[in-house]
Amino acid sequence: MESFSIEYLGLIPLFPLLAFVIIALVTRPLKRLSAYLSILAVFASLLVSAWALYSLVIAFLSHASGEALVKELTVTWFSVGGVALPAGLILDPLTAMMLIVVTIVSFLVQVYSQGYMHDDPGYSKYFAFISLFTTSMLILVMANNFLQLYIGWELVGLCSYLLIGFWYHKPEAAAAAKKAFLTTRLGDLGLLVGILIIYFTTHSFGFAEIEHEIKVGALSGGLLTVAMVCVFLGAVGKSAQFPLHVWLPDAMEGPTPVSALIHAATMVAAGVYLVARTFEMFAASPDQQALLVVAYVGGFTAIFAASMGLVMNDIKKVMAYSTISQLGYMMMGLGVGAYAAGVFHLFNHAFFKALLFLGSGSVIHAVHDQDMRNMGGLGGKLKITFVTMLFASLALAGIPPFSGFWSKDEILAGAFEKDTLLYIIGAVAAFFTAFYIFRAMFMTFTGKYRGAPAHDSHGSAGGHGHDSVHASASPEDELRAKVKEHASGHGEHGIHESPWVMTVPLILLAIPSLLSGLLGSPFMGMAFQSFIEKGAEVHEELNYTVMMSSIAIAVAGILLSSLVYYFKIIPANLISRPLPWLHAFVLNKYAMDDLYGWIVNSVVLGASRAALWFDQYVVDGIVNGVANLVGAAGGALRKVETGQIPNYGLAIFAGAVVISAVLIISGSTL
Amino acid sequence: MLSLNHFLLLGAVLFSIGLYGALSRRNAVAILMCIELMFNAVNITLVAFARFLAPAATASQSLAPVSTVGQVFTIFVITVAAAEAAVGLAIVLAIYRTRRTISVEDVDLMKW
Amino acid sequence: MSPGYLTLITFLPLLGAIVTALMPKDNLRAIRLTAAGFAFVALVLSVIVWVQYDTNAAGLQFVEKVPWIPSLGITYFMGVDGLNLPMVVLTTLLTFLAILASWHITLRTKFYFALLLLLEMGIVGVFTSLDLLLFFLFWEVELIPMYLLIIIWGGPRREYAAIKFVLYTIAGSALMLAGILALYFFADANVSGRTFDLLELAKTNYALKYGPVFSSVVFFLLILGFLIKLPSFPFHTWLPDAHVEAPTAVSVILAGVLLKMGGYAIIRINASILPQALHDWAYVLAIMAVISVIYGACTSMVQNDLKKMVAYSSVSHMGYVLLGIAALTPASMNGAVLQMFTHGTITGMLFLLVGVIYDKTHTRLISEFGGLAARMPLYATLFVMGGLASLGLPGMSGFVAEFTVFVGSYLNPNMQLFTIIAAAGIVITAGYIMWMLQRVFFGPLVQKWQHIEDARGIEVVPLVVLVVIIIAVGVYPALVTNVIGGGVAPVMANFTKAGL
Repeated sequence: MESFSIEYLGLIPLFPLLAFVIIALVTRPLKRLSAYLSILAVFASLLVSAWALYSLVIAFLSHASGEALVKELTVTWFSVGGVALPAGLILDPLTAMMLIVVTIVSFLVQVYSQGYMHDDPGYSKYFAFISLFTTSMLILVMANNFLQLYIGWELVGLCSYLLIGFWYHKPEAAAAAKKAFLTTRLGDLGLLVGILIIYFTTHSFGFAEIEHEIKVGALSGGLLTVAMVCVFLGAVGKSAQFPLHVWLPDAMEGPTPVSALIHAATMVAAGVYLVARTFEMFAASPDQQALLVVAYVGGFTAIFAASMGLVMNDIKKVMAYSTISQLGYMMMGLGVGAYAAGVFHLFNHAFFKALLFLGSGSVIHAVHDQDMRNMGGLGGKLKITFVTMLFASLALAGIPPFSGFWSKDEILAGAFEKDTLLYIIGAVAAFFTAFYIFRAMFMTFTGKYRGAPAHDSHGSAGGHGHDSVHASASPEDELRAKVKEHASGHGEHGIHESPWVMTVPLILLAIPSLLSGLLGSPFMGMAFQSFIEKGAEVHEELNYTVMMSSIAIAVAGILLSSLVYYFKIIPANLISRPLPWLHAFVLNKYAMDDLYGWIVNSVVLGASRAALWFDQYVVDGIVNGVANLVGAAGGALRKVETGQIPNYGLAIFAGAVVISAVLIISGSTL
Repeated sequence: MLSLNHFLLLGAVLFSIGLYGALSRRNAVAILMCIELMFNAVNITLVAFARFLAPAATASQSLAPVSTVGQVFTIFVITVAAAEAAVGLAIVLAIYRTRRTISVEDVDLMKW
Repeated sequence: MSPGYLTLITFLPLLGAIVTALMPKDNLRAIRLTAAGFAFVALVLSVIVWVQYDTNAAGLQFVEKVPWIPSLGITYFMGVDGLNLPMVVLTTLLTFLAILASWHITLRTKFYFALLLLLEMGIVGVFTSLDLLLFFLFWEVELIPMYLLIIIWGGPRREYAAIKFVLYTIAGSALMLAGILALYFFADANVSGRTFDLLELAKTNYALKYGPVFSSVVFFLLILGFLIKLPSFPFHTWLPDAHVEAPTAVSVILAGVLLKMGGYAIIRINASILPQALHDWAYVLAIMAVISVIYGACTSMVQNDLKKMVAYSSVSHMGYVLLGIAALTPASMNGAVLQMFTHGTITGMLFLLVGVIYDKTHTRLISEFGGLAARMPLYATLFVMGGLASLGLPGMSGFVAEFTVFVGSYLNPNMQLFTIIAAAGIVITAGYIMWMLQRVFFGPLVQKWQHIEDARGIEVVPLVVLVVIIIAVGVYPALVTNVIGGGVAPVMANFTKAGL
């Protein structure tokens, strides 16, 4: 275990890339082998990542200076016309942390997928895509320049597209995949423009060089703010922040392990990572305007998405809105300057949210349904799932000592110091969070099973144990239906815990859900934050007011949720009955989808149709018009041809006279 | 003494008569005849020019033309005119056989 | 003197055309193999030239210069540099693949393959010749086989399309000839008299000598034909018509290389000989470019005919070429040439893909399809890859080219707004590609295609070749950029010299 050389970092994405290529070209027909190959590859990456992290931690513990914690390697990918396009690696605490998160979650999700996807006809393809995703994500997080980051950024978007649309025969899945790709690409356009502005002013793509150039004033003032807001736009798309959040709930059409990996733990966090990676640049904008934008977009998203999480009935949709909301939290944390806290929340969230998704997958695997109104009382049947998900829920709700508490509290503390409005938003969102996640837990695991009795489900077509309205909304049921037919009993009696390949990852993820927060707790001297800030001493005054109030908020949320959904003292429709329009409006996602649908259908397609009309009738009309004009002119001129020989003769004579006259008058001798 | 201008005047008058006839007559044979007239007008002019303007004529002080270019040209024109008349009459004949008329107003196959 | 590589590459297809034409017309197999053989040899030769091309020594190489009509200063002058070498290779490659894709042609097979080879000769000649008159001759020669290929083997409206294509191009080339003659007569006459030699003509500073009006007029005489060929808005309407009617292989060549003649000629002639005018009119070109990008993408969006969609997407993508040229920075110019090369491979692939499905279903209407991925996994995979390349996904060549164009164009402060607007094109492009993929391949399988067969054999070979090239250039762009750089540098040096 000598010092970790930066070149080794290149190995990390290489393993999954090889796995992808081999699966795609060779082992596609061999399902098991493909899966093992993919898992083995990511495990190898995990080991190298762990080694990288270990080397940094050793340096950190020996109180190395900030520079010693950053290693970089840059080569020129290619250069054209004086512009060198770089490729490079960076190893610093932020990257090391991301590497370990990505590889661990990817590894566990793949292990889990073996059980979840076991009867899927696209089994090998699934693992190939996951490997490609892992590669792309790793390329993204180890990039030391904007160009490479952008490449990884687009590639993870591609993998997200491929995996959301994995069950491409379902129209909803295909539509969701397209929507995800296009929405994020809209954000990517912002990132691209940001990169162009930055390159124009600093003549560099590398993060370190750009930071240096900004320090010496090559890029400053309003243009810097504009550039960073453009960059942030990319993060808005990728991390599903308002107003580009609409794709993430739809992305739940993909297989649940994919949702856990891509749409909860890693890819959607890339936006947060981007802001964290370029934090210095954001902070350099005049009056920190760029950060203010980040903070407010994040804060608004946090409360906005949480409010939708309150009313969703699809368990995965609840998790999706929860993810959006938590990403908003991270953005808010970064935006208020609580850099380490935001990253810390990313770190904690990756584990507990992956766990929540995988747990949801386990539930869906058991009942073949995603609608929580058809669940209930599953706690006794799915004990491991229940307990592990409870851990994650407590972490999400922010109950100490579970991991979410520590980072969320720190973000709130940061907001409290910076901006009271943001603090209030964050606090309300925290209350919503505690409420909706325990609403989901109570609806799923407590009470009585509300699913349709088993025997009926076989009788009518399309039933499969849930009503047909939701059949179309749940992507998994068709494939799951096959399994179900093999299962001996159905309904409540047929429900049993998932196989160990699925439960072991749950258990392994429950550990960090409980403990990972302690790394950044005052008990360990905020070690995580100090590490992320490259060894800077972090001695924040503990804000006991904020801490106590955030615990109180979380407990209040859980209590209220239990009163409504467990003890049923308060009717669930307390608000929705007097205000049905409000409930409907929130359930309809604040009509954002309708608005975007209208924009796409009426404005974009309308403009395109207008352009096509213009093309066919105006542009081509002019072309054909010119042709017709020539034709018409010919038609008119041909009347000259009378067929009367004397006329021709006269014309010849007249011509001769004219020519002679000209020659004579001009005195030409020819 | 006849000067060059007299010949040229004769040629011009003949040409004009021929041209008028060619443009105004409807009978194709008459038109052909008028064209012949125009040819001859040109022939006269050519010969006259050759007689009066040929460089040799002034040099030798003799009326005998040294240069025969004008005369050769005239003979050439006569030959072409004969050929033209033959072809022209053949065409007229062919038209008459098919259309029973040689009035050029009725023969307007080339009309747009 | 033995003929050089370029002469061989140019005229071997002509020989092939003659040989093919002389073969007995019933032996289809022999005809196909002969045509493919000649095209393959030309391809191999051009690859040899590529490999032997010394990227360290920039400038023209493989030069062949023989007096042809000395009294008029016309020479047989050929040579390659970074500008045209990629185009030559692209031409020979796509012609070979187009011949493979035409394996099933049974209508007047002999004539068809002879024309394809003749077309190859014309296009390679345009790219290799460095004498303006020679260039013009090849430029016109290429029209004849193209016209016949569309009008004999085309679709229902082939006559309209073919005549439109020819008239449109001829209108441009008539003006171009006037421009060429203006360059010829107003050049500084050197010791050896007047010349059509491009390099010699470039030594005259027309703008300085005859004023901006003269050079602008000549500039537009020349560029109009090129803009038609490119094609740039508003001269693009011949393209969708020609593409829709042309048979697959002809579409491949049309979009893959014929359009590049326009972009190449703008750089080779307008930028090299009339830098001042190009500099003065860059705004106009940039506006046309941006309109082409956005407008082409929008019109692609609402097409129901796959081939028309790809055709309009070509308008959009060639807009990036024009933008790169108009921005006049070294990087943007490199990007423009790179974009030409990559667009040739990508759009060639897309047209081949459309051809495959058309052969199987006899329709190209997107609304007729649905869920094809279930029955045609390999074909769907290839189509998705082609689509992704077209929308500029990193790891594929389209991204490298577009990114270079963007970065290069943005470096010119006057072009920043145009660059940002053009960059928005990547979102619209993603929109129509993704929407098309969704409607054609995903969702439930449409009943009538239940028994459709996946692509295989000779249908797949050209596609795989192109995918490999697209990914190779996307991952390691230096393969192409190293060559291009040496060709762009002298052009840009012209601008520096003129103080622009």
